[in-house]
Amino acid sequence: MSEVMTKSMARNIFYGGSLFFIIIFLGLSIHSHRYIVTTSTTAAPLTEAVAAGKRVWERHACINCHTLLGEGAYFAPEVGNVMERWGVLDDPEAAYDTLKSWMDSQPTGIEGRRQMPNFNLSDADVRNLSEFLIWTNKIKTQDWPPNEAG
Amino acid sequence: MKYQTQKIALIYFVTAMALFAVQVLGGLLAGWIYVSPNTLSELLPFNIVRMLHTNSLVVWLLLGFMGAAYFILPEESEQEIHSPTIAYVQLLILVLGTLGVVVTYIFNLFEGNWLLGKEGREFIEQPVWVKVGIVVAALMFLYNVTMTSLKGKKTAITNILLLGLWGLALLFLFAFYNPENLSLDKQYWWYIVHLWVEGVWELIMASILAFLMLKLTGVDREIVEKWLYIIVATALFSGILGTGHHYYWIGTPSYWQWIGSIFSSLEVIPFFGMMTFAFVMVWKGRRDHPNKAALLWSLGCATLAFFGAGVWGFLHTLHGVNYYTHGTQITAAHGHLAFFGAYVSLNLAIFTYAMPILRGRDPYNQVLNMGSFWLMSGGMAFMTFVLTFAGTVQTHLQRVQGDYFMDVQDQLAVFYWMRFGAGVIVVLGAILFIYAVLVPRGEIISPSAEDPVPAE
Repeated sequence: MSEVMTKSMARNIFYGGSLFFIIIFLGLSIHSHRYIVTTSTTAAPLTEAVAAGKRVWERHACINCHTLLGEGAYFAPEVGNVMERWGVLDDPEAAYDTLKSWMDSQPTGIEGRRQMPNFNLSDADVRNLSEFLIWTNKIKTQDWPPNEAG
Repeated sequence: MKYQTQKIALIYFVTAMALFAVQVLGGLLAGWIYVSPNTLSELLPFNIVRMLHTNSLVVWLLLGFMGAAYFILPEESEQEIHSPTIAYVQLLILVLGTLGVVVTYIFNLFEGNWLLGKEGREFIEQPVWVKVGIVVAALMFLYNVTMTSLKGKKTAITNILLLGLWGLALLFLFAFYNPENLSLDKQYWWYIVHLWVEGVWELIMASILAFLMLKLTGVDREIVEKWLYIIVATALFSGILGTGHHYYWIGTPSYWQWIGSIFSSLEVIPFFGMMTFAFVMVWKGRRDHPNKAALLWSLGCATLAFFGAGVWGFLHTLHGVNYYTHGTQITAAHGHLAFFGAYVSLNLAIFTYAMPILRGRDPYNQVLNMGSFWLMSGGMAFMTFVLTFAGTVQTHLQRVQGDYFMDVQDQLAVFYWMRFGAGVIVVLGAILFIYAVLVPRGEIISPSAEDPVPAE
C-alpha cells in the first residue's frame, strides 16, 4: 500500500472528503427540515395542546418503555399509531376518554404482566397527551408501521 | 509513565469503572424485569432502570475517552498536560452532575421543572442544569487538551483524537434544541446520537486503537497513521450520510431510503478496516509486549465492533428490511453488541494497557483480565444471538402477521430468560475485570521464560 498512497495523501482525502460529505448532508438537512414543516406534519395543526402534550410525554420518560415511530425502548407497545389502533384517530373526545380510562387503570398489578406506572396525570395533561398522540399519528411516515399492531 | 500528568487518567478510569458496574447492574435488573415484570414495578419502574442503564453507559464511556486523552496526549505530544487542576475540577463537575442525575431519576425530583427536572428525550434525559454542567466540563476539557496539543508535537493520532472530541462536544449542543414538532425533534436528535456513535466516536475509537497498536506491536508510526487516516475517512464518508438510515420513518423525505441504505451499508467498511488494521499490525509487529490482555482487548474490540456495529448494523439497515424490523428486538441485539464491541471493549483495552503503567507495576493480572474478556464477550455474543432470534420471531408475528405487541412479547419469554442468563455472565465478567485491574498484586501464572523485547 505504501507505493499507492502516502500519509499526506490519505490525510488530504480524509479532510477534503469529509468536508464534501458534511456540505451535502447539511444541504439535505435543510431540505428535510422544510419538508417536515411544509409537507409531512401538516395533516393536523401543531396546536398549543399538541406542544404541551409532547412535554407531558417527555416529563414522564415514556420513551424509556414505549417506542414512538419505532424509536425508544422496546419494552412496551408502539404509540405512534395508538390512536389508529384504538379506532379513535378522528374523534378527539373518544381519544381522550380512551386514554383517560387507560391511564386511570394503571398499574394493573396483574402477576406476570408488564406494569405501567400511574403517573397521576391531570385531566388537562391527559387531554394534551391525547392531542399529541393524534398529531403524531398523522405524520406522513412513508407508511410505517406496516400494520396497526405497530 | 513518562509524563507525570498522565496520572490524571487514573482517577478518570476508576470513576468510569465504578459507573460501568452501575451500568451492568442496571442492565441486569432491566433484564430481570423482562422475565419477572412485577419486580419493583411501583418503586423503580422499568423506564427509570433503563435510563440509569443507558445514561451510566454514556457517561462512563465519555469519562474513559477523556481519561484516555489525558493518558495519550502527553506521550504523543511530548508535553505535560496544560493544567492538571482543570482536569480534576472538570471531573468533579461531571461526577456531581452524574450523582444529580441518579438522584433526580430515582426519586423523580422536580418533575416538570425546566431547570431541575429530567428531560424526557431518549439518552438525553439529564436535567438542564446537568446538561449545562456537561458543556462546561467539556469546554474545560477541550481547552486543556487543545492547549497541550498546541504546545507540543502534533501527530495524526492526536489530531484525529482531538477532532473527534471537539465534534463530540459540539454535536452535544443539539441537546438544548427541542422543537415542538416531533419530526424535527427526531431529525436533530439523531445529530447527537447517530453522529456520535457512527461519526465522531469512530474517530476517537480509531485513534485510541492506533495508539494501542503503535505501543503494543511496535509497527512504524508512518504505517499506523496512514491506516488511521484511511479508516477515519471511510468512517465519515459513510457515516455522515449514513444518518439517513434513521430518516426512513420519522416524517423525512423518501430519498433518505436510498441514501440511508447505500451509505449505511458502507458503514461496514471502517469497522472492517479497523479489524484488518489491528490484525495486520499484530502480524507485522516485532514487539512482544508483556501486556497480552491489552492486546486481546484491542483485537477483540476491533473484531466485535465489526460484527456488532458492522454486520448486525447491516442486517437491518436496508430500508426494505428496516420497514419490518424497525424498533424490534433486532435493534436491541445490534445496540448491545455494537456498543460492547466498539466502545466498551475499546475503553477496557486502554484501561488494561494504561492501568499497570499508571500504578507502576507489572501488567497484573493477565489471566483474570483475559478471563473477564471471554466471559463478557461470550455473554454478550450469546445475548446478541438470543435477542436476534427474539427479534426475528417478533418481526414475523407482529410486523408481518399483525399480532399485538404484548401477545407477541409473551411468546418471546424463553429468549428473555436466556438473555438474562447471558446478562449474569456479562456482569460476572465485568466484576472480574474491575477486580483484575484494581486489586491483585501478583501474577497467578508466571509469564513464559523467554525474555520479551523491552516495551514502552
